[in-house]
Amino acid sequence: MALDKDDVTKIAHLARLQVDENDVPAITERLSSILGMIEQLQAAPTDNIEPMAHPTDAMQRLRKDVATESNHREEYQAVAPATEDGLYLVPKVID
Amino acid sequence: MHTKTLKALSDMLANGEVSSQELTQHFLDRIKQHDPQINSFITVTEEQALAQAKAADDTRAAGNAGPLAGIPIAQKDIFCTKGVKTSCGSKMLDNFNAPYNATVVEKLNQAGVVSLGKTNMDEFAMGSSNETSFYGPVKNPWNTDYVPGGSSGGSAAAVAARLAPASTGTDTGGSIRQPASLCGITGLKPTYGRVSRWGMIAFASSLDQGGPMTQTAEDAAMLLNEMAGFDPKDSTSTDIEVPDYTASLNDSIEGLRIGLPKQFFEEGLDGSVQKVVQDAIAQYEKMGATIVDIELPNTHLSIPAYYVVAPAEASSNLSRYDGVRFGYRCENPVDLEDLYKRSRGEGFGEEVKRRILIGTYALSAGYYDAYYLKAQKVRRLIKNDFDEAFKNVDVIMGPTAPNAGFKLGEKASDPVSMYLSDIYTISVNMAGLPGISIPAGESNGLPVGLQIIGNYFDEARLLNAAHRYQQETDWHSKLPAAFA
Repeated sequence: MALDKDDVTKIAHLARLQVDENDVPAITERLSSILGMIEQLQAAPTDNIEPMAHPTDAMQRLRKDVATESNHREEYQAVAPATEDGLYLVPKVID
Repeated sequence: MHTKTLKALSDMLANGEVSSQELTQHFLDRIKQHDPQINSFITVTEEQALAQAKAADDTRAAGNAGPLAGIPIAQKDIFCTKGVKTSCGSKMLDNFNAPYNATVVEKLNQAGVVSLGKTNMDEFAMGSSNETSFYGPVKNPWNTDYVPGGSSGGSAAAVAARLAPASTGTDTGGSIRQPASLCGITGLKPTYGRVSRWGMIAFASSLDQGGPMTQTAEDAAMLLNEMAGFDPKDSTSTDIEVPDYTASLNDSIEGLRIGLPKQFFEEGLDGSVQKVVQDAIAQYEKMGATIVDIELPNTHLSIPAYYVVAPAEASSNLSRYDGVRFGYRCENPVDLEDLYKRSRGEGFGEEVKRRILIGTYALSAGYYDAYYLKAQKVRRLIKNDFDEAFKNVDVIMGPTAPNAGFKLGEKASDPVSMYLSDIYTISVNMAGLPGISIPAGESNGLPVGLQIIGNYFDEARLLNAAHRYQQETDWHSKLPAAFA
């Protein structure tokens, strides 16, 4: 399926990805060519085939609901762009 | 010293012929001298390496050393290393010093392995040529006009140029095996679940798997012994016993049933690569193996299915890079949305953005059934093909890559043509099976790999088959003249 420029702008917004206006035509063309290649899937007969999410069909393991992690706040916040009093700083959200 | 295998170096350390500090210094010197030509390292951790080497020598003096104690290796820059930059080849993580060690790193540290540094790679492991790295492309040591393959291109080139005796890699669609093939080394992608993914930066979580990249199958067995094993911190890690992979290396392969899939020898395969693979198969027959013609009829669907599943998982995994908790943040964001959009738009490279967009589209309302669900069904068809084949054969053999490599820039502007270079490796990830690439010949001065695919958790048999071949041939011991 071919995409148009509006589709690409919309997808980029869903992905919260800034895309330069001037790059949109080239991106549209390349994404369309990838989707063209993916289109081959539609011809594959998959009636009564279970989707496969995991190579060995294993289920997620369960564990006891107890805390296993110790507190690493300082180490983790040491690599953050902006923090204050143990909080992550972002631009003002509510006026 | 640098031309020796990991096994030989391990013996030298055990005999006291060399110390880990001498060995580590030797490889650090080689990196300094030769790496500018190939750009295989992003970070060299000289000080830390020498400290680890000293600790390994002390352990050995105390009589507590295991076989890998004091062996220097290189780590792909996708594995988190505490306090050391872990970039994943991206501007997004250029400022990221990981606050913890990946399980693989932790296990190798426990074994006394010395880390020389972090190797270059395609950004977030998305690429087959190592050209998408924020730190510039890696060059193939055999011919620096050519790509080393990807995404573990730095790890492959570093071992090929003998700047490290061995390295770690990760493989989501061929990222260990394809660069191993293009650089003339041995690269093993274990069964999904065999090696912990914890602390290995996620690309496509149902496909990603770490593994060893080495000169020989024997070296790969030694490294896998330490890398493999159940990890409660990885929710898809498999809890089954890890055998000693070195114990069965010399077993006879008399009567080994080798499946040759018709679909691996059709249009698109380079003639000289086909010849190399046929010669390798003939060698196996000489060694007592039997050949069985098999079919993997859905092979052609593995690339389209992969380019739905992998980008879909990537778009979800990479949503964590939002400019808030770690990694790149844009200058002067005006509001939260601007912060997200510009941090991601400026921090990610072109190929990564492309895959995030494809994945976002495939998962978006109205398209989920047509793309993601369909691809997951096709994924089962691919797995069923392998299950059927393994009823009659012990291993499957074929080419690792359709050609001996391509020049830098040759496929950079045509993503679909780049994607097709993973045709023989991707189906193995889709099924979750183990696969190994070993050097088996050359084409125009570039190495060519043979791929051996095994059944689930049958790594020991792959390593056995590869080792026996390497006892009879010497392709694995060839190295590029400029780095001899």
